[in-house]
Amino acid sequence: MVNISKSFGEIKANDNITFSVNYGEIYALLGENGAGKSTLVNMLSGVYTPDSGEIYVHDKKLRFSSPGDSIGSGIGMIHQHFKLIEIMTAAENIIIGQKRSFIIHRKKLKKTINSISEKYGFKTDPDKYIYDMSVGEKQSVEILKVLYRGADILILDEPTAVLTPQETEKLFTILKKMKEQGCAVIIITHKLHEVMEISDRVTVLRRGEVAGTVNTSETNPKELTAMMVGKAVDLSIDRPAILKDEVMLEVKDLSLIDRDGIKKLNRVSFNVKAGEILGIAGVAGSGQKELCESIQGLERRKRGEILFRGEDIARLTPRAIFERGLRISFIPEDRLGMGLVPTMNIVDNVIMKDYYLQKSLFLDREPARERAEHIVKMLNVHTPGIYHPVNQLSGGNIQKVLLGREIDANPDFLVTAYPTRGLDIGSSHLIYDELNRQKMKGVGVIYVGEDLNVLLSLCDRIMVLFEGRVIGTVDASTATKEDIGFMMLGGKEC
Amino acid sequence: MDISFFAAAVVAGTPLLYAILGELITEKSGQLNLGVEGMMLMGAVIGFKMAIITGNPYLALLGAMAAGGFGAIIYAVLTVTFRANQVVSGLTLTIFGTGFASFMGQGLMGEIVPPDMKLFFADFKIPFLGDIPILGQIFFNQGILVYSGYLLTIIAGLYIYRTQIGLNLRAVGENTAAADAAGIHVSLYKYVHVIIGGVLCGLAGAYLSLVYIPSWQENVTAGRGWIAVALVIFCKWNPYRVMMGAFLFGGLDIIGFRIQKFDIHISQYIIDLLPYIVTIVILILVSVRKSHSGSAPASLGVSYFREER
Repeated sequence: MVNISKSFGEIKANDNITFSVNYGEIYALLGENGAGKSTLVNMLSGVYTPDSGEIYVHDKKLRFSSPGDSIGSGIGMIHQHFKLIEIMTAAENIIIGQKRSFIIHRKKLKKTINSISEKYGFKTDPDKYIYDMSVGEKQSVEILKVLYRGADILILDEPTAVLTPQETEKLFTILKKMKEQGCAVIIITHKLHEVMEISDRVTVLRRGEVAGTVNTSETNPKELTAMMVGKAVDLSIDRPAILKDEVMLEVKDLSLIDRDGIKKLNRVSFNVKAGEILGIAGVAGSGQKELCESIQGLERRKRGEILFRGEDIARLTPRAIFERGLRISFIPEDRLGMGLVPTMNIVDNVIMKDYYLQKSLFLDREPARERAEHIVKMLNVHTPGIYHPVNQLSGGNIQKVLLGREIDANPDFLVTAYPTRGLDIGSSHLIYDELNRQKMKGVGVIYVGEDLNVLLSLCDRIMVLFEGRVIGTVDASTATKEDIGFMMLGGKEC
Repeated sequence: MDISFFAAAVVAGTPLLYAILGELITEKSGQLNLGVEGMMLMGAVIGFKMAIITGNPYLALLGAMAAGGFGAIIYAVLTVTFRANQVVSGLTLTIFGTGFASFMGQGLMGEIVPPDMKLFFADFKIPFLGDIPILGQIFFNQGILVYSGYLLTIIAGLYIYRTQIGLNLRAVGENTAAADAAGIHVSLYKYVHVIIGGVLCGLAGAYLSLVYIPSWQENVTAGRGWIAVALVIFCKWNPYRVMMGAFLFGGLDIIGFRIQKFDIHISQYIIDLLPYIVTIVILILVSVRKSHSGSAPASLGVSYFREER
């Protein structure tokens, strides 16, 4: 790609970017959120068209006006958000858009897929429906789809963002096999250790521009971070001591049965002290979401007690909790679905939590405007202005707006679910620091996380959930990753 | 109830069959076209007019199909190319089609279909199949358009579930972005299937004005287009269920006449309400329990723009 530029409205996503990839090489594109990585590869896959610049494949100049053109030239893209159809089987998803035959020959198709799976070491059942699959399996289908078309240039956009450590390991094995087969693999990521582990060369993007290209063997994480952020960053996470020994939130025998009669939470009991960060670990879908929503008052079908400073809030609605003067802030997993209104601007999103306290007929936006400006400044949100719709910001900046609003409400208690999911190092550390600041103020914090390294260094204690049950709670300063990994799979505390 | 009732239910269900199939194919591409009623009326009036003018049944049917297809093109340009709101565009198409039919139908009032054309659409027995007791009398002693309805249902089923194009079509309706990323020409698929849907709706209208009635009267469709839209849900977007839905509602449509014969005194108005009440009940039942199979195409009614963030 030579001199590629692309703008969205006033935001310049890519500015004069040039890079090249060789066959038989794993090439990493590294950059913070909003650095323009996804935009860049989306142009390579024909989803976006560049405003200017040229793309060469096999020394041939090409113009992609649609994804079909890009596929035709051997480029296969595995998107960050899977492009799969839930109600179809793996095999059906793999052949979507194919032109090989008019009638679908199911048996032949199955054979072909199985032989590709064998070649690269996948374990995928072609007849399994996507909705029955785990995230890792879905990703396998995405990759198979690309290989089935005979693509020899593979692009993976943040492939490990949603994978467990074990799944990531498997993925890397597959990628290395592809490299041996002579494919060119482009992997987009913001995780440094992955770059170091798997790539041959790496290009760092910063604010839509190339910050540098280096051979992986000749660099180190510190140098890469400096290139990404533009300055040296401290990669360690602080863990200040708990100030006082006062239980703030106590959950007793909390059970929850969902609409389909499935037990999501099973007699969960724990407590959180003031000024403590309690980490919650577990395989996705172990009851983390239900637990967070129960505390927040969003779930009604629950049994058990939730004592907040001794007062049972299990039967209260979120507003009733708020009106009792208990400030519980919630940063949900689904930022744009539950946290913010995507098409509204920052000011309007800020005002949503307490607009009804205003007595007048019309809304007074002035205080909200001040707060929005404060949030943007405090958390360093990259936005063209506070009147910009939040869905046009990058994921990290969206998260900052949400966190800013929740913290700005001066909470007594903070429930956060994957607050740094999809965030780059710089933004993540900003959020860890902010959580620690809240902790120092005596706020109780629940931190639902997936990165065990972070859980171990940020939290005071870690509670592990498995199928809605508490498997055990460990002291984060003494526990190891292996212990927690074992418990996450249902094993007892060792 | 005798066998003739069931045979008549098939006849009354046939316009529904065409309309449901049309809307089903349209919705498979992710487009919710609420203009069924309008396109049916357009097909009905043009088909009838062509029949009077030319006396040729083929030209009459062709005219009806073209009229329905034309309505669908208007809808497709609005919703696919200009990404207008699909619900509003569909409603507009129905209003337009109603006006179009009234306008074109001026002077046709009281006209009847030429006798030799009636002969073309007349019932005939299919060898062997027509001799099966009961079933043969119900299903295989019918007119040409009823038979082509059966055939179309089967073709549609094979097309949607067994061919590569059908798979691509379902992909477009389920997850447009995924289909696009797989290199499928999304707009083309949408256009083609919206138009096929319109053509079938036009045919449904022509069946009403040329075979079922068969003379011209204002508002020949009498809400059947709306029932067809609801029945797509009843059929769970599965073409093989379309026959069942169509003939069931065909039966409800004519049950009033039959009940009168038995000297049962229920208000005619209540009986006329039946199909609509059943439709409401079915919609409620269908929406209570959601399963993976048998739910609407996930991208139904959503306009697609590739570079949207």
